[in-house]
Amino acid sequence: MLQATRQSGITETTYREAVREAIRDALKRDDRVFLMGEDVGRYGGCYAVSKGLLAEFGSERIRDTPLSESGFTGAGIGAAMGGMRPIVEVMTVNFSLLALDQILNSAATIRHMSGNQFGVPLVIRMATGAGRQLAAQHSHSLEGWYAHIPGIRVLAPATVEDARGMLWTALQDPDPVLIFENVMLYNMTGTLVADAGPVDIAKAAVRRTGSDISLITYGGSLWKTLEAATQLAAENINAEVIDLRSLRPLDDATIMASVNKTRRAVIVDEGWRSGSLAAEIGMRIVEQAFWEMDAPVGRVCGEEVPIPYPSHLERAAIPNAAKIVAAAKAALGRD
Amino acid sequence: MSGTTDKPRLSRVHMLDLLRQMIRIRLFEDKCAELYTQEKIRGFLHLYDGEEAVAAGVISLLEKQDRVVATYREHGHALVRGVVMKSVMAEMYGKREGCSGGRGGSMHLFDNTTNFYGGNAIVGGGLPMAVGLALADRMRGEKHVTACFFGEGAVAEGEFHESLNLAALWGLPVLFVCENNLYAMGTALAISQSETDIHAKAACYKITSEAVDGMDIVAVEGAARRALHAIRETGKPYFLECRTYRFRAHSMFDAQLYRDKTEVEVWRKKGPIERLRTWLEANHMIHPEELERINAEIAAEIAEAVAFAEAGSWEPVEDLTRFVYAEAAS
Repeated sequence: MLQATRQSGITETTYREAVREAIRDALKRDDRVFLMGEDVGRYGGCYAVSKGLLAEFGSERIRDTPLSESGFTGAGIGAAMGGMRPIVEVMTVNFSLLALDQILNSAATIRHMSGNQFGVPLVIRMATGAGRQLAAQHSHSLEGWYAHIPGIRVLAPATVEDARGMLWTALQDPDPVLIFENVMLYNMTGTLVADAGPVDIAKAAVRRTGSDISLITYGGSLWKTLEAATQLAAENINAEVIDLRSLRPLDDATIMASVNKTRRAVIVDEGWRSGSLAAEIGMRIVEQAFWEMDAPVGRVCGEEVPIPYPSHLERAAIPNAAKIVAAAKAALGRD
Repeated sequence: MSGTTDKPRLSRVHMLDLLRQMIRIRLFEDKCAELYTQEKIRGFLHLYDGEEAVAAGVISLLEKQDRVVATYREHGHALVRGVVMKSVMAEMYGKREGCSGGRGGSMHLFDNTTNFYGGNAIVGGGLPMAVGLALADRMRGEKHVTACFFGEGAVAEGEFHESLNLAALWGLPVLFVCENNLYAMGTALAISQSETDIHAKAACYKITSEAVDGMDIVAVEGAARRALHAIRETGKPYFLECRTYRFRAHSMFDAQLYRDKTEVEVWRKKGPIERLRTWLEANHMIHPEELERINAEIAAEIAEAVAFAEAGSWEPVEDLTRFVYAEAAS
């Protein structure tokens, strides 16, 4: 299925529409699938992802919930254990903190605590990231926190193809999968082949091949990193760009293959620097490729500040192409 | 609401069975306390001493396909539900032969053959799961009931209110059973709740509710019978508050500074086993030798369970990281 032959007939679509098509496809394929969350039905989804699905599938399967993140996430866990395949939409990662107990103490632990008797085949989707001037409580990037937790899988689709393809594969997983959709990507356009479908969720992807430095990133930062790579090319620096795609488990093999080739690495991660996913990746490079490296591993992360409201300060608080270019040049000794 | 099935069953055989269920829990846990002092059982051990009428009165009425969600004080619920005693004891030891493979311990008893969904040690954490299990049954057209047990401490958690609302809003077949033993660890109900009549809280979610003397198993069973009948008729949730008392400490680490010893003694006299036994004796429904036989049979079962746990095996350390994710079928 994953290796389905791709027919011609390329269409342009947005990331939002790709996610919607993925949900629609899942609802059609499997009667056990239903979508549940705040404003997913009548409102059409906070980010308009589920617009139109209520009319098509009805209120049982496009289920509006009260503002009870812990309650409906836990209900998703129970429904998954009871034989359904729920997609729980938590409006944003910021509100997922109200469901963190259910995610960490139940979804991630039940298989283990029960000695492998019960699993939780649940998919939880949520929006993440800064960039819309929504200030300190609505701009978090906490996917790195979730990637800390054994028992769950964490995905970050950065492309239209992954937005379309990761959901179905995630729904086939016998364990909980969290999918983080960066808010700045919903309006992004991209192309999909007519029969676009499920994609692999285990491997990182090399989005740009290069030989001088590995830029390792995921999600919304991918596009800033690719922009930085274009700028670096103008200065004869040939950067390789890795899109992690899966934040847990991490695809060490793809990362190490790249840094073994380029011998230099910068990690780009919108999460706060201290204790970040970038720190984990950097340490893995130290553990597995230290003797191959020609320079210290660099990082471009979120600044250690709650995200401020004013646009210029918000932009300064998160990764951008200029910071990535500067970090790459520093790693190459080209200041 | 009261059909013929709601009438209490006072037959001698049935009453003896209820008594037996409660004694079985009590003696099993007495043995667990003893094994704890011998350091055979470690970690937290929360005993149900005094509350046996709730699990025995409710769970014995459930159908095989119904589901049970319990708390970290769940040994009694597991035993009444039919989780095999020796596998429960092996779990207490942390042995591989335990009902959760040894990975869970006292607080995390699980058993998929009896639809026993644990052993949740986060207060209130099981309620949303029960809602979800009932939602799955509703969406799949199954007529099962999910019985969800929790203490009165959980009533202060947001998940309690979220779950009652969801169950009522969506019309889900959940039997909420609040085991009100008056103390959330050491915090008395009166100093933690503005409204101490817990069953009244269900009314604001439009859930039918009743409070029952949780020390009287006949009353508990009668209420549970009414509740289950209503749920199976309507598909809607029902709320039972069972007013009970915990005779022992919250866990084995609790010095019980928060309550008077005389208070415990007063409640002990109202204990559910004592109460049913004296009633049966007063009505000449039990002979002393029958009680001896019940005790002896249970003692033998417990001895067998202990021997099974003792003889059980430790999971090899090489297996440490198993059961975090599903293993690919080989």
